[in-house]
Amino acid sequence: MTVPDFGRRDPDERGYFGEYGGRFVPETLVAPVEELEQAYRQAREDPAFSADLEALLRHYVGRPTPVYEATRLRAALEAEAGPEGVARIFLKREDLAHTGAHKINNALGQALLAVRMGKRRVVAETGAGQHGVATATACALLGLDCEVYMGADDMRRQALNVYRMRLLGATVSQVDAGSRTLKDAINEAMRDWVTNVQDTYYLLGSVLGPHPYPLMVREFQSVIGREARTQMDELVGRMPDAVVACVGGGSNALGIFDGFVDDANVALIGVEAGGEALVAGRHAARFATGVAGVLQGTRSYLLQDLDGNIEPTHSVSAGLDYAAVGPEHAWLRDLGRARYASASDDEALAAFRLLARTEGILPALESAHAVSHACRVARELGRDRILVVNLSGRGDKDVDAIRARETVEG
Amino acid sequence: MSRLERTFETLRRRGRPGLVTFTTAGDPDLERSAAILRALDRAGADVLEVGVPFSDPLADGPVIQRASERALRAGATLARVLDLVAAVRPDISAGIVLFSYANPIVRMGTTPFVERAASAGVDGVLVLDLPIEEADRFRDRTIEAGIDPIFLLSPTTTDARIRRAAELGRGFLYGISRLGVTGARDAIATGAEALVARIRSATDLPIALGFGISRPEHVAEVGRWADAAVVGSALIEVIARAAPDRVLDDVERYVRWLRGESGATAPSATMPATAGER
Ligand SMILES: Cc1ncc(COP(=O)(O)O)c(C=O)c1O
Repeated sequence: MTVPDFGRRDPDERGYFGEYGGRFVPETLVAPVEELEQAYRQAREDPAFSADLEALLRHYVGRPTPVYEATRLRAALEAEAGPEGVARIFLKREDLAHTGAHKINNALGQALLAVRMGKRRVVAETGAGQHGVATATACALLGLDCEVYMGADDMRRQALNVYRMRLLGATVSQVDAGSRTLKDAINEAMRDWVTNVQDTYYLLGSVLGPHPYPLMVREFQSVIGREARTQMDELVGRMPDAVVACVGGGSNALGIFDGFVDDANVALIGVEAGGEALVAGRHAARFATGVAGVLQGTRSYLLQDLDGNIEPTHSVSAGLDYAAVGPEHAWLRDLGRARYASASDDEALAAFRLLARTEGILPALESAHAVSHACRVARELGRDRILVVNLSGRGDKDVDAIRARETVEG
Repeated sequence: MSRLERTFETLRRRGRPGLVTFTTAGDPDLERSAAILRALDRAGADVLEVGVPFSDPLADGPVIQRASERALRAGATLARVLDLVAAVRPDISAGIVLFSYANPIVRMGTTPFVERAASAGVDGVLVLDLPIEEADRFRDRTIEAGIDPIFLLSPTTTDARIRRAAELGRGFLYGISRLGVTGARDAIATGAEALVARIRSATDLPIALGFGISRPEHVAEVGRWADAAVVGSALIEVIARAAPDRVLDDVERYVRWLRGESGATAPSATMPATAGER
């Protein structure tokens, strides 16, 4: 693990990455968001803050997480490949971090900040429940009250994580509005924050929302990319040809991309949820059919109708089932520095099974989208090339939903 | 002088506080929504805030969220709301202020929006999630089109930003009486008077105060320090609870009651102890 490199790639002073980002919040939140930005800027300059965070990441989270070469996955792909062969595939094992996903990196960073700011209470939203579990964990560790908002549909499909949060002492509040998924949980968490700004810290779980959240969450997740860079150097003595990650809001992807973004030869590839079909309401591939707009504090690509209302989304994975994408991704895409693809529900499920059987790893359904597309890229790149996949989380939380699906499908 | 400026000047001259109403356009449907706007005007409301329904109203409490859902189901869109305003404008003497989230306007495009709003007869526009820092270009366009940009001020707004909003705003400033989303309260928040005093010391622009207002006592109390009181959720509750053939009647009675007209009584559908704001 290397020392955080805060402030290396800041947005402009209004929080814009190119024309994306900004701070589109109701008036009551302007001052709290400014206070947050100041507190964050002070914290990241303070060596004691970095030291506290690093100590937790090392001794509590178990960082650095390993990079593991998936040779049997590659062999399975080789069996069906042509003479060009298949690239070597390395997995960055965020699934092995405490609580089972990358979300803990950000949750601990922000929870430390909340303590520094003198806040006693934390609110958060969650989709897959991984960010909720990570936040509940950080709050238990640091003695903060914790309330997590979660869409009713997500509570059903990620029931295990709901129970975990409660065991950790958090209150889980069900959100019945709108599409009853992540977007609606964010609305509700923001309503709570706007009502209780004086003592409450909003711990947002991805590179979304008003400035400084997209910057701050990326910087807390950038530990993934820094480690991966060093580890690849140690393992193979060179940079990979491509880095692949799934993109819900986009925090695990930016976390690993950040380590390689300055190396123009490393392709950065984000994978969105293709759902059932790339038809309105049946997917969450913002870059496939989205249009720039303003939602939940930031300007970015959105799945929206002609009148500017947000379209319903669908994905087999709750963590990717969201109508907007982090503004920095929109910028990287416009610049041509990153490119974005999608994997369908069925492709993600197939990748889940393939990784389970070849490597003995159950990935989160979110991460399975990255694995699915990585298999495609590995075939395109061919032998002697190297690919890193961010395995953002483990799949225990999804086992029930997959079993239910199998029962339905026979 | 804009219609909103004239409205507030008249109120000041008469020494009477104004009443601003908020309803969601298209609730319960576009046709009845038009009739409700006419009824509000007949009953003496000074400014009509017309809410554009949005799929993700994150600054709103449950009452306005549900109104927004009903309106969207009834087919209300920003374009149709502008048509609605154009249709009622000739019959209405009150000022009309459009209340919207940013994205429907962004999607239509600032220039087409401002042109259509101006030709529909919109007097002012307030965009809930467009604070002054993000509003510069939009604010200039609205002024060019003869529409007043209205800014919200909250108890958390710093004095420096109050001064900035006073420089940039036109027509009036909208103070919100407390932290939180739109929704029900029994009494006016204690910080409200202090906010109005802070705004007063920065500007002569008229001040409307909203959030949590539902009864004539509230309107009268707010009227002692602000230029107008805004009633939103409580009015939407009156509309939602009224028997279908009594909606317009109840709306008129409610507004006359709020304004303290002699002999006016609350409509039977009013249960404002737990409804109210904006
Ligand atoms: C394991 C895992 N991966 C990915 C995501 C998607 O979030 P992000 O795109 O911010 O990494 C989630 C969100 O819940 C998750 O739990």
